[in-house]
Order: sequence, then structure tokens, then C-alpha cells
Amino acid sequence: MLKDTDRIFQNIYGLKDTSLAGARGIGDWDGTAELIAKGRQWIVDEIKSSGLRGRGGAGFGTGMKWSFMPKETGGRPVFLVINADEGEPGTCKDREILRNEPHKLVEGALLASVGIGAGACYVYVRGEFFREAEALQRAIDEAYEAGLIGKNACGSGYDLEMYVQLGAGAYICGEESALLQSLEGKKGQPRLKPPFPANVGLYGCPTTVNNVESIAVAPTILRRSAKWFASIGRENNTGTKLFCISGHVNTPCTVEESMSIPLKELIETHAGGVIGGWDNLQAVIPGGSSVPMITKAMCDTAIMDFDGLRELGSGLGTAAVIVMDKSTDVVRAIARLSRFYKHESCGQCTPCREGTGWMWRMMERMADGNMSIDEIDLLEDVSRQIEGHTICALGDAAAWPVQGLIRHFRPEIERRITERQGSAAGEAA
Amino acid sequence: MPKLTIDGREIEVEDGLTVLQACEQIGIEIPRFCYHERLSIAGNCRMCLVEMERAPKPVASCAMPVGEGMVIRTNTPAVQKMRKGVMEFLLINHPLDCPICDQGGECDLQDQAFSYGTDRSRYSENKRAVEDKTFGPLIKAVMTRCIHCTRCIRFSSEIAGVPELGTTGRGEHIEVGTYIEKALTSELSGNMIDLCPVGALTSAPYAYTARPWELKKTESIDAMDAVGSNIRVDARGPEVMRVLPRLNEDVNEEWISDKTRFACDGLMRQRLDTPYVRRDGKLRPAGWDQAFAAIAEKLAGVDGSKVAAIAGDQACAESMTALKDLMTALGSPNIDCRQNGAKLDPSVRAGYLFNTTIAGIEDADACLMIGSNPRREAPVINARIRKRYLMGGFKVGVIGEAVDLSYAFDPLGAGAETLAQIADGSHAFAKVLENAEHPMLILGQGALMRSDGGAILRTARAVAEKFGMIRDDWNGFNVLHTAAARAGGLDLGFTPGPKGRDVAGILDAAAAGDMDVVYLLGADEIDTRKLDKAFVIYQGHHGDNGAHAADVILPGAAYTEKNATYVNTEGRVQQANMAVFPPGDAREDWTILRALSSVAGHQLPFDNLAQVRQRMAAINSVFDGGDGLESVTWGDFGGKGDLQPGGFASAVENFYMTDPISRASETMANCTESLLTKSHGKTGTDG
Repeated sequence: MLKDTDRIFQNIYGLKDTSLAGARGIGDWDGTAELIAKGRQWIVDEIKSSGLRGRGGAGFGTGMKWSFMPKETGGRPVFLVINADEGEPGTCKDREILRNEPHKLVEGALLASVGIGAGACYVYVRGEFFREAEALQRAIDEAYEAGLIGKNACGSGYDLEMYVQLGAGAYICGEESALLQSLEGKKGQPRLKPPFPANVGLYGCPTTVNNVESIAVAPTILRRSAKWFASIGRENNTGTKLFCISGHVNTPCTVEESMSIPLKELIETHAGGVIGGWDNLQAVIPGGSSVPMITKAMCDTAIMDFDGLRELGSGLGTAAVIVMDKSTDVVRAIARLSRFYKHESCGQCTPCREGTGWMWRMMERMADGNMSIDEIDLLEDVSRQIEGHTICALGDAAAWPVQGLIRHFRPEIERRITERQGSAAGEAA
Repeated sequence: MPKLTIDGREIEVEDGLTVLQACEQIGIEIPRFCYHERLSIAGNCRMCLVEMERAPKPVASCAMPVGEGMVIRTNTPAVQKMRKGVMEFLLINHPLDCPICDQGGECDLQDQAFSYGTDRSRYSENKRAVEDKTFGPLIKAVMTRCIHCTRCIRFSSEIAGVPELGTTGRGEHIEVGTYIEKALTSELSGNMIDLCPVGALTSAPYAYTARPWELKKTESIDAMDAVGSNIRVDARGPEVMRVLPRLNEDVNEEWISDKTRFACDGLMRQRLDTPYVRRDGKLRPAGWDQAFAAIAEKLAGVDGSKVAAIAGDQACAESMTALKDLMTALGSPNIDCRQNGAKLDPSVRAGYLFNTTIAGIEDADACLMIGSNPRREAPVINARIRKRYLMGGFKVGVIGEAVDLSYAFDPLGAGAETLAQIADGSHAFAKVLENAEHPMLILGQGALMRSDGGAILRTARAVAEKFGMIRDDWNGFNVLHTAAARAGGLDLGFTPGPKGRDVAGILDAAAAGDMDVVYLLGADEIDTRKLDKAFVIYQGHHGDNGAHAADVILPGAAYTEKNATYVNTEGRVQQANMAVFPPGDAREDWTILRALSSVAGHQLPFDNLAQVRQRMAAINSVFDGGDGLESVTWGDFGGKGDLQPGGFASAVENFYMTDPISRASETMANCTESLLTKSHGKTGTDG
């Protein structure tokens, strides 16, 4: 369990003052100018050696991403874009940061901008986070007023402008290139890669897109050293992480814990345990709606980090743990997720546009048992035809929950189908 | 030059190509729907997925640039499965209405379904239906068939420069449309029909009229404007059903204007299919012999100086040759092909051609437009200018009307005063031309048609010479014609001989009673009221302006009905081919003149097409079989006189109606009504 002294987000519940004064009280903006003075390379190296992996879901090395930014841009401006379009079902960590720890984000934005050489930072906030955007804007205003950002930020001689932009309610705009499209005022549809944003990003300029949490933890890492951060968790999965535990637990919460904490410990320590006890657990979606679910048996030993969950055929994603006890109709639960992905598909690529609707309709029938046994394989096949065949990862995200369901709960699905067929036969007789 | 391996074959290709293009180079065809070589890459249909070594996922070959050491596989079972998967997805919501779909037989989806489709559907849910949209009188939209490849959207925003299309909605509710329902206003909109890989966008006038396999296809040349677009004429029996573009990188790439494509229904209306002779003030049908006899009778004893001939905008070089020779035999110097009165100088070929060439526009870096609106006068050339504009580093200045040309330009001024300022270097745009490496100017008919047209031509020549447009390696002087016949007529010297009268002179003389016989070769865009006193012979294909004024009508052939030579505005000599026979008693035009000449006692010395063409080559060597684009010599041309004040206007007022064919076309009339007439105040939201 994470020691209180190792906690990065000390005010994540907003129990203390969230203003600049309050943030300073818990160590934010402490010696920022000195960190900047250590230079761009130092910042990137330090983040690299801390082992910080992107907190938005894909888990790409943050320091590595920063190091991809070109040093010579031929006069083009460089942008830092912070992805605060937190829409993944089950995930509510960035929301807490925006509400209660916005100064960590603003300071992180400054340091990250130094790391990549950006002169402007855009924070793309989910449209529904209206109050959160206000909170962030307040923090930005305070920081401007105190000279922490803007011209000669923190007296370091570095200039950074920071802007908040609200989205308009599309899940796909959380995908980095769709986010850039939306930020440019275009329809939020993912772009083809290559070229990658590091070369051709916002308005065709070099851009780094990072998750809120990745940016917000950066100042503390730089202050307390990469070694400290790397000492938490296990190799390749270092540091602390905000976990969002929801569903059938006694006390749903967002909590900062060390990476690689066992799932069972996480749920029992922080979420008050599964309703009806651990043995009442049916399944867990460990990383937000986009990853396949894991069964109770797997939960017993699951380690909550990127590699641990990948070994189980799932993923850490955004570390949004959705707990389902035995009262849950898992098929209907996944059908609901399929509807979500059908609704949020941008409609650009054929497999996702056509496939998500097809999957949802089959899932709806499956929830009622209104299909034949063969169609389970058809559904699986359709999900495979979507997976990996699209521009962005939404196709994968739509396919995986369905695949996870079929992988682990096929007997339950078959039971439903035969039961319905049996009752239909009975009625006919 | 990166080296890569495709299906075990190692090849070296140019840098910057995509994997799909590299595959094509070695003859491996990759199925695709959204990819089109002239449009930006969308990469959304996912049909072109291939396997790439060391890539975690299959890659879209249309969007993946080639790289050194890439290993690509296009023929594995996995790739086959991917394509089948994408095809299945495309088909689940695509209606099974091929039997009533006009795209049937030339549908990419249909064709590829043969290779990658399955024989039965696994989809048992309801299919999606999308409400149809109205895109105007030219394009019929059946949006349920749309596979969202976005080619039409990319065409309208990139090539046509009229960004009226886009997608609305998300996921399976995505729809291609105009946001607010309206007709597409691009003059190139018909090309979207060709681009659409399915039957979502089809030709509205052609709807339900023919199947592609019943049509006789004839490769030909368009005569609706001076571009000389390469076309394919699809005919069934005596009727031209549709006109499609043919690929010619130097001229029209693969685009044609809406007039070229859709005016063909005018070929079946208002046709002259039998000779007419005016008796008792009324035109009455007659036989050829009667018509010829009436003409011969009238010509007998008339002095050559009282006979005149005007060649119209769609006259072919063959008929102009025959008419010119006939007039010479009759002793008349009064011939003119410059129906619109443009003060073009026939003495120097470079002085009336688009010397830069259409493809050459892409090398220019500054352009001065003088009294021309290429969007209306030659939409395909305008698209080429826009293409150059999109490459960047291209300044356009316009003297004349400041209209939407689909690219940005500097409005320099209204008329001749501005031209004079540029010529003397006092205008700011002169600096742009001076600093340009390959400057060009486009001189439009709107400027040349004025009374000071000769002075304007002279000043334009001075501008060209002053700003380095005339060099051994570059000729930036361009005249943009609006008539398919014009450059050919000038090449043949169909202009007044010694002491001859030009068009205005002929008309004035006729009005004064000094001109006894006037021969109109398809000349309709003149003031025929002035011809009341003269005996008018009209040879042409439509009962238009000229025919109404005629005393004898000789029914000729339209451009789709004869083997004819046209010279486009660049000076490119191209041959149109007969796709259908002329209707009724109508004949190919040079044969009419040949027949008339023997009745009139001045028999022309050619009996077949080859001999006519030999005669053309004897008059001007550009007709000797080449494409006529040999280097032209610069010279001294242009008229005398002073520049007059007043702004330039485009020679083309209504793009959709410029000639007898398009004026007879119902489709073009619909376009005029819905696109150019602003009679109704509908906003699009009032139903």
C-alpha cells in the first residue's frame, strides 16, 4: 500500500484549499524555476528514467514521447496539448485533478512545455466538465497573475501561453488525433498515422498530446527525482496511479495507489470490498470499458499494472476498475457497452462504422438469448474483423469487451440461448 | 529510392510513393474505394489493408509511405480475410438494388464483390436506410447506397474548390450532404458521378435510360468550349446517351465540365434534319437539290464582294476549309471566324494561343488575368489553375470582375486603366510579375471583344515582353478562347482577306443593303436582325438564332456526328469522331459544302475526308498530323488605337448556355433556372 508520504495528489478529494495558496501549501510551484533552469534535456531524461508511462490508456512512455519532438522545427511553433476529454466509461481521475489539483496540471504543463519546447499549451476539456474547466481556468488565471506562466514564467525566462478549450461531447475526441481535429474546429475524426503528431500535429505543427494525469505527476517526479518514482511499483510499471473503482463495491472511489498493487487488495482496502463479499464477485473490467473483462478466478491474483493485466488478456487502460458482482447480467452489461461504442464511432472507417452497430444488435439479442449458438461464433468473427482494421483504436475498444465476454462467459450465453429455445419449444408444444 | 519487398519481390521505387502505388508498379492490384490518385488520402474504407512486417496491425496501403526495407504481403490468407471482412461490412447496409441502380455494370462495389464478397449474407438485422438528398438538377443522390468513401467531399473541396459537401452525424448515422439542402454550384460537379464508386451519386438526366453494356462508346473531343476536353461519347442507336471524360494529362486530366457532360440532351432537340427554303416569308421543308438550286440561283451574277461568310463557335476545321475555299472561288474576301468580334490578330500564331499550355500552368508562379473568368469560360482550365494555386507560391491578379474563381486572387482593377498601369510598371502587381520566374497572363475574350480590343492585345503583348514572359524556355502569353472553333479558324486563315470585311463589317454592310448573300456556318451568336436585307444561308445543326434568320437552311452535323478536327485554345489539333449519324437528311458539314460548290459551279477539289485534311495541311502545317503544339514564333501583333476606359466583363454570361446545343438542352435550362436565377427566396429551412 502506498505510503502517505509518497502520495502525489494530496488534495485529490478537495478537502483542502484548491487555490494557488493551497496548492503552494502542498508543495506545488516549489522551485519550478530551478527545474526549468536544469534544461529541456534534463527534464526529458528525468521523465524517461522515472519510467512514467502515459496515463491515458495506451501506456506509451511519456519521456519517450517527449523525446520524439523535433529540436529543429523550421520556424513552426510547437504545441503541448493536454487531453482532458475524459470519457472512458468508469474513469473519473482527470476530473478530480481538474477539480481539486488544477495547479499540478498547470505546473506540469509548464515543465512539459519546456521539455518539448512548446510555446503554447491547449487543454482540451470534455464538454460535460464545465465546472472542472472553470476550476482549471481559475488556476490558470491565478498562475498568470502570479507570473507563474505567461511571459517569463516563474522568472525563468521561458514563455508559455495556456488555453482551455471545451469539447462538445464526443468520446472519439479523446483520441489524440481526433482531438487535434476538433481543436482546429473540424469534425472530430481520427487522422491517419503516419505522420504522427510529433511531426504534423495541431495546425500541422509539432505537437505532443498527453493525458492530464501524465502531465500532473510530472512536477512531483522532477522535484522528488525519477529514482523515487521508479522505486514505486515494479519494473516497467513504475510510480503511483489514480485508480477509479466503481460498480458493486461498498465505497466506490478514486484513489492514488502504487502501480502493481494486487486487484483484490485495491478493492478491499480502498473500496470497502465487493458487495456481498469477495466470493460474490463475478467479473471485473479492470481498465475502463475498452478492455476485456476478467473473471473472479483471475481477479484473485491480478496485479494492477500494464504488464500484469496484459498477461491476463486484458489491460490497465485508464485503471478504471468496474466491479460486477453475481447480481450482474454480464451479457446485458457488455451489450450496453456495445451500444456506447456504436453511438460513439465516428463513422469514418468501414469496419467500425458498420461493425459496431452489427455487434450491438447481436449483443442485444444475445442478452435475451434470442439467437442461435452459431451466432456466438459469428459475433466473435465480426469483432475480429473490426479489431485492428481501423484508423484509431475505437474499433479495438469496441471489439475487446465482446471478445472478453465470449471468452469467459460462453457457457452463460449458451445457457440463455438453450433456455429460450427450450421455452419457445415448450410454448409451441 | 527505397527498396522494399512486396510478396517476395524486391523492388526499388521512388521516394514519397505509397505502398499501394508501389504495388501497382509491379502489377499487383490492391482493391480500394476511398483512394483516388487525384484526391487527398482519406484511408477510411480499409479495403486496401495489407500486412507489413514488424507492424503490429495491418496497414492501409493507400496511406503508408514506402520505407527502406519494408516487407509487404498482399496475398496471404489473412489479407484475403481482411478484404472479405471489409467487403462484408460495406454490404451489410448497402441496399440490394443493383437491378434498379444506374451504376450497375460499372460499379466498383459490384465488381469487387465478385472477388471479395460471399454468396450469402450473415447479417440478419435490419438494413439502414438514409433519406435521399437533393443535389440539384445534375446529380441524383441515393444516399442509402453511400459507402462514405468521401471522394465526392474531397473532390468538391480540393479540385472544384467549392467546399459544399461534408459529413454530418456519427457512426452508422454518418451522412454525406450539403448541411443545408442546396444544389451543388460547381461547374465540375458531374465529375463526382464518375468518382462515386457506388450508385449513390449518379447522373440525374441519364437516370434509367440505358445500361453501360448497351452503349456504343466512341472516343472523341468536346466542342462546348475551347479546352478540347477528351471525351467518350456513349450512344445507343441514333441517340447520344451520355458524355464521359477520357484521360488526357495534358488537357483535362480526367475531368470535364458540367456543360461538356450534360448538354448532350440538347443534341436531340431543335434539330435541323432536313433542308429548308424560305418561300413567301416562311421556311418550308425542301429537298437538298431545291435548297442548292435556290442558293445557286441567288449566287449567280452576284459580285464576290457582296458575298460574306461567318463561321460559328462549333465549326470544325474541315467545314471552315471547304467554306473558305468556296468563298475564295466566289471571289469573296469577306470571311471571318471571330463571331464575337474579338480583335485577335491571325498573323502571329503565338498571338492567339494559350502558349503556356494547360499542363504548363503548373510551372507558372504568377498569373495576371485580363478580362477573363476561367471558371465560367473554361472550368477545366480553372481547375488546373486552382491545382497550381494549392501547390503554393502562386500569385494571381485579376483585372476585371472580382468574382469567385475558387482560389484567392488580388483584384487589381476593373479595366484598361489598370492594364496600362501594369504595362508601365506603376501598379503594385508589376512587382509580382517582375519577381516571378515563370509569370503568365491570361487574356480573355471579354477584353478582346471590346472596341479597343486591338489596343488591349497590343498592351498585353507589351506586358508579356516587359515581364519576361517570352523566353526560349517559357511563353507566358495566353489567350483563353471560349469557342471550340476559334483557334482552328485562325489557323486556317478564316479571316477577312484583302479589302475584306470582318464580322461587324459584314453585319453593318448587310444592314445597309450592301451585302447580298451571307453564309452562316453555325453562326448563331450574332445580331441577326442586321441580316434582314441579305439572303442568308444557314448551315448548322440546331434551329437557333441563325436558322431563324435564314432563307435557306442546310442541315449539318453536330460535333458528335462527324469526323472533325478541332484546335483547342492551346493550339492542340485533335480529332473528334463520329459517334452517331446526323439526324434525318443532315450531312457532315464539309460534304454539304462540297455538294453545294458543284451546284454553284465552283467545284471544290476534294472528294473524301483525307483530301480535305490534305488541303488543311496545305493551308497550315499544324494540320499535318501532329498535335499542333510545335513551338510558335513570337512576333509583332496587336492593333492600333488607344485604350478605352471601362471595366472588363467576362465573355460568358451564363456558363450553362453558350451555344446552340446547350441552349437546346433541357438539363442546361434546369441548371440555369436553379443555379443562376435567384427568383425564389427559399433559405433551405422553409421546406
